[in-house]
Amino acid sequence: MAQVPLRQDTENYKPKKFLMWLFIITSCMLFAALTSAYIVYTGGDPSRGIKVKLPVEFIYSTVLIVISSITMHLAFKAAQSMDGAKQRVFLAVTAILGLAFFYSQYSAWNALFEAGAPFVNSNASESFIYVFSAFHVIHIFAGICMIIYTMIRQGSKITQARNMFHMDVTALFWHFLDILWIYLYVFLLLNQ
Amino acid sequence: MSSTAINHTLEHSGHSHDDHGHHEQSFLTKYVFSQDHKMIAKQFLITGIIMAVIGMLLSILFRIQLGWPDQSFPLMETFLGKWAEGGRIKPDFYLSLVTIHGTIMVFFVLTAGLSGTFSNLLIPLQIGARDMASPIANMISFWFFFIACVIMMASFFVESGPASAGWTIYPPLSALPTAISGSGTGMTLWLISMVFFIASSLIGALNYITTILNMRTKGMDLWKMPLTIWALFLTAILGTLSFPVLVAGVVLLIFDRSVGTSFYLSDLVVQGQVLPQQGGSPILFQHLFWFLGHPEVYIVIMPALGITSEVIATNARKPIFGYHAMVYSLIGITVLSFIVWGHHMFVTGMSPFLGGVFMITTLIIAVPSAVKTFNYLATLWRGNIRFTPAMLFAIGLVSFFISGGLTGIFLGNAALDINLHDTYFVVAHFHLVMGSAAICGMLCGVYHWYPKMFGRMMDDKLGYLHFWFTFIGAYLVFFPMHFMGLDGVPRRYYAFTEFEFMKEWLTVNTFVSWAAIIAALGQVAFLWNFFYSIWYGKKATQNPWQSNTLEWTTPVEHLHGNWPGEIPTVYRWPYDYSKPGHHEDFILQTIPFSETMSSNFPHDFEGNPEAERIQLEWQKNQEAERLAANKA
Repeated sequence: MAQVPLRQDTENYKPKKFLMWLFIITSCMLFAALTSAYIVYTGGDPSRGIKVKLPVEFIYSTVLIVISSITMHLAFKAAQSMDGAKQRVFLAVTAILGLAFFYSQYSAWNALFEAGAPFVNSNASESFIYVFSAFHVIHIFAGICMIIYTMIRQGSKITQARNMFHMDVTALFWHFLDILWIYLYVFLLLNQ
Repeated sequence: MSSTAINHTLEHSGHSHDDHGHHEQSFLTKYVFSQDHKMIAKQFLITGIIMAVIGMLLSILFRIQLGWPDQSFPLMETFLGKWAEGGRIKPDFYLSLVTIHGTIMVFFVLTAGLSGTFSNLLIPLQIGARDMASPIANMISFWFFFIACVIMMASFFVESGPASAGWTIYPPLSALPTAISGSGTGMTLWLISMVFFIASSLIGALNYITTILNMRTKGMDLWKMPLTIWALFLTAILGTLSFPVLVAGVVLLIFDRSVGTSFYLSDLVVQGQVLPQQGGSPILFQHLFWFLGHPEVYIVIMPALGITSEVIATNARKPIFGYHAMVYSLIGITVLSFIVWGHHMFVTGMSPFLGGVFMITTLIIAVPSAVKTFNYLATLWRGNIRFTPAMLFAIGLVSFFISGGLTGIFLGNAALDINLHDTYFVVAHFHLVMGSAAICGMLCGVYHWYPKMFGRMMDDKLGYLHFWFTFIGAYLVFFPMHFMGLDGVPRRYYAFTEFEFMKEWLTVNTFVSWAAIIAALGQVAFLWNFFYSIWYGKKATQNPWQSNTLEWTTPVEHLHGNWPGEIPTVYRWPYDYSKPGHHEDFILQTIPFSETMSSNFPHDFEGNPEAERIQLEWQKNQEAERLAANKA
């Protein structure tokens, strides 16, 4: 009686994509908590708050991640039209832009440090900038891992449905990271 | 949407790559790295039980200290070594004991052990799914939990002892390794363990929500779900929204501890030395912690409430009273739980106006809680009650929920809280309302679904023994604490012998300690019953409690995928007990109305005119036949 195909788990893409949405919600809660913590902390005393100008590297970051969102969308389009080579190329470009984003964030940290706002700081509002950025960069790292996985699996023999599922989830996550960074950057700009 | 599960199964029966339907499982894939939700549920349960026993033993150790503060127990030195030199527990270790007891009980037993077990077991079985949306994530969730348990226990084996800043780990105490010995390596391990725990809870919760929303069987709309599923669903939502906030709080704490930032630290002098950290806000941690911490207590109690709803309806042989009201009150509790965290901080420097707001939101929670309580009582009212051990524990939950909930109204009052905060009144309150009540719910679930988990029955007599020891024991332990608290006896103190006004409470403490020891011994009945019955219990029948829900339509022996054939379709709500006109006092959810013509009500058809017409016609025919028979 056990000969019934029972492995829905490898194919039920719809619930699995839903899992990604839920993960995005948890991520939103995490950043909502951090930014609220910033507001509560900074509101506690007038001596707190970001007293330096945000480094110009953050603008580069923003440009990079917006472009990467576009290339991610192009990869998605390529996957839809079943153009495997093009999909891989755009995914690679997105991943490289992601790495460049890494670097721009790193140089932003250096710039902040030199501008007199180190991480270890008696004005923790300025430490928060590093925390926002670091948490986001960890997400970017996860996103790059997903992109690489999608590329590798795309190269192996998988069905178009499965490829589209990988692509779908990766793109969803990547666009979320884009929007998340813009939120964080605007938040910081408003609190400058 | 609800038919996706079936569609997928049918679709893929013809696929060539579907070669992994059923193959021989090795010991490792069946019992250890299992992806089957039923096995994962058992893993969660047994790990949870082991952690509960450890947590209980820790509490006995500090009860011994509180009950007999001046007496020496050389045996303790044998077991605990330098933590109990001269046979007396050291103050530092006492603090570790209460901290780890709280952590284990709240997180490892009543969060992972309770909702981990029953979400995994019941969600696929009661909604009619083959397994969770992502069985791999489910497996990872358990193993993260297991790693968290191991790390937490490992902290007993480090030189400076386990974390000892209380389960709420407030900075600065927890943030300064030099503050107390427990804030050294022990605290680091605590934090690492909790990171794994949070990851486990989140992965689990995402999976539960996805499964419930996407994989219900045909006919199982949201309003036909058993209340257990509603409760587990809303619990998972609470976890999803609140645990990330704890991540934020804990990470900032880790930075303060290890990197030297000052998110939480300011103006500190330790051993005559001024610390470099300035400008931090310890209140910030409390906001972040309690934004999780308060929903956490509902994460603990809501699955227990759901389990109880199911068990009470089944064993009172009556439909649950106010099904919709039960669901809406659960939703109400879920929403309100996010806007009450400030009531933990009434006396930590909050503006009185804000305190007033939090007081009002807190007291409003009494409304949905009371709705649930009254509904339980109304379900029991004139029921045909079967006092199975599960039913006794369900009634025990209702009792603890009432007696512990009432003191919540005292504590939720910002003015009264000035007197009552940090006293034994608080200890009594939460141990009754979320400790004892939730553990009763968990034990109730274990007794009720044991046949489903292990295919065997637990022994009833031992179950009754266990219940009465637990129920009476818990009241004898926690009820006297109310009076201690009203007298101003503070919690977390090592010994009361040094304070004149507390000396008179020493005899009460001795009494409470005895009660705790006897209640703990009562748990041996459960442990024996549980582990013995796994192998030697009476074989269970398919539906031992004559219950309506889907899990009782699966075969007794487990198979991967739950149902041998197609997943059954659901036609009715889960609480058709003792329906007038039906020949049995229960009707399974899988029985269509066409097979129960004699017991259908007009409102069963939800306004479907065709079905109503057929029913009316049938009734007319019956009437005519009866008249004809009379004439003859």
